[in-house]
Amino acid sequence: MRVFMFEKPLGMRDTLPDVYKTKRALREAMMKEIETWGYSFIETPTLEYDETVGAASAILDQQLFKLLDREGHTLVLRPDMTAPIARLAASKLYKEGCPLRLAYAANVFRAQQREGGRPAEFEQVGVEYIGDGTMYADAEVISLMIFALKRAGLRDFTVTIGHIGYVDALFFDILRHEQRVETLRRFLYEKNYVGYREHVKSLPLSSIDRDRLLRLLTLRGGGEVVAEAKTFATTEVERRAVDELELLWAHINQYGVTDMVKLDMSLVSHMSYYTGVLFEVYAKNVGFLLGNGGRYDELLAKFHRPSPATGFSVRLDRLMEALGEGRNDEKTTCIIFSQERFAEAYAKAAEMRRKGEKVVLQQVAGIQDMDQFTASFDDVVYVLGKRGKDER
Amino acid sequence: MMLTVAMPKGRIFTEALVLLKQAGYEIPDDLEHSRKLMIDVPNEQLRFILAKPMDVVTYVEHGVADVGIAGKDVLLEEERDVYEMLDLRISPCYLAVAGLPNTRVHPIAPRVATKYPNIASTYFREQGEQVEIIKLNGSVELAPLIGLAERIVDIVSTGRTLKENGLVELERIVDVTSRFIVNPVSYRMQDRAIEQMVDRLTYAIEKAGECNEN
Repeated sequence: MRVFMFEKPLGMRDTLPDVYKTKRALREAMMKEIETWGYSFIETPTLEYDETVGAASAILDQQLFKLLDREGHTLVLRPDMTAPIARLAASKLYKEGCPLRLAYAANVFRAQQREGGRPAEFEQVGVEYIGDGTMYADAEVISLMIFALKRAGLRDFTVTIGHIGYVDALFFDILRHEQRVETLRRFLYEKNYVGYREHVKSLPLSSIDRDRLLRLLTLRGGGEVVAEAKTFATTEVERRAVDELELLWAHINQYGVTDMVKLDMSLVSHMSYYTGVLFEVYAKNVGFLLGNGGRYDELLAKFHRPSPATGFSVRLDRLMEALGEGRNDEKTTCIIFSQERFAEAYAKAAEMRRKGEKVVLQQVAGIQDMDQFTASFDDVVYVLGKRGKDER
Repeated sequence: MMLTVAMPKGRIFTEALVLLKQAGYEIPDDLEHSRKLMIDVPNEQLRFILAKPMDVVTYVEHGVADVGIAGKDVLLEEERDVYEMLDLRISPCYLAVAGLPNTRVHPIAPRVATKYPNIASTYFREQGEQVEIIKLNGSVELAPLIGLAERIVDIVSTGRTLKENGLVELERIVDVTSRFIVNPVSYRMQDRAIEQMVDRLTYAIEKAGECNEN
């Protein structure tokens, strides 16, 4: 295959000035909100060991970018931030009994299978709240996500909450076999409700059990779903899951964001490490998932430090898409000078920069096409000729 | 809020239209004969877009159409991230392996021609057979006749095309009907409108099922 001169590896993109500005504004808005909730931002390496972080990640193996280091170890470009932060928290930061609030804004890498133009590198902004197993932690993470998105300017969006523990308990109680549970869960994961119904009807089950499985697909809506799910919960684990959701709903209500939230008891995520409450966020004008999160109480045990944890991540590229064109209202001035008046021009530029204004300082001889060059500025000041008045 | 519906042009279109009408949607008659690709039906709050059957899932996955009607064959081939909500039970047919009678697969270079490379590849891999998949865009029956491939994987509805070309069906892969599909974001953001559409279609499917039984 011939590589063209300007070509980049599949799914990799440049970020040009206008998009960069918009992206930075959104990132900073979300970061500000997250910081006011007391979360500390951290960075982790772009490369990790496949054996540890690669294996702990929920991203499919064929989506990982892998390479070898000089000793022959397999490395991965981090496919998400949750696994590296779990590694970091387990090794350094986490002390038993002290909840830890960490946040990140970082690029992650996932090789795309279909339609090469889809981004294989994209930025996520998110938080991880480690060491607190109460529903207050889940409510905080979900509410913080909503507040941060609102701060970034997003209005028309919705968060769907489910509970994977509930789904698993229901399936296991009826099917009694991990393999069979997996088969049925796969239909939900693939969003194939037709297949789910057909499969349930093909199983040798009592009509009560069949109805319990079929009813799962209809258990969605507002807070009333909790009460509905409660009447159908038969096992202890199901009941505990529903109780958790009831508490969560009450806590979210305290944050005043229940109007942005819906429940769906059949929600199953593409991230396999979730163990309890999980959620996804969708926005108008973007056909794909904007962000997601949930409780992952077993991930830290993979780094020999068992601890409950929850978190969310939002894709910055999709947030940008949801919000549309950037509104860039800061103006940039250009001062064009001739060599004999450089000192004067620089003094003027320095003065304006001190005030926080954006100034480009340009020697007139360096410009080939004056009209095209000046067209890209909001204001142009000419400091030209021997001495005289500035022209505008 | 207007709902955008992606409809497949061709074979499924007429049957899908009948079903929508049975579901109580008032759809103008010229929809079927119009050459326009985008048609608004304001009194039903619907916008129809007419696409190639293979492309309906793409429009729905990207969210430019909220919902759509697509064959299960297309869903299996394309593996797109969309909700498969309802089996509309229209346009029934199946995917099958076919070839000339009394022929063997080439022992050195086994070849299969198909419009469905993904389905065909998965099927033969499941059987543990190594075959070369050749992608064609239509008239797949030609391939065994002219010696491009010994086997084809294609849609069979009546079996007439196979028969007229002297081919026989060898293995049945999977049954196919049309499905009602929904974009994952629309499923959340437009849940009321979509739920209503699902209910009305469910009712129409059941009614159509009763008619067939009688």
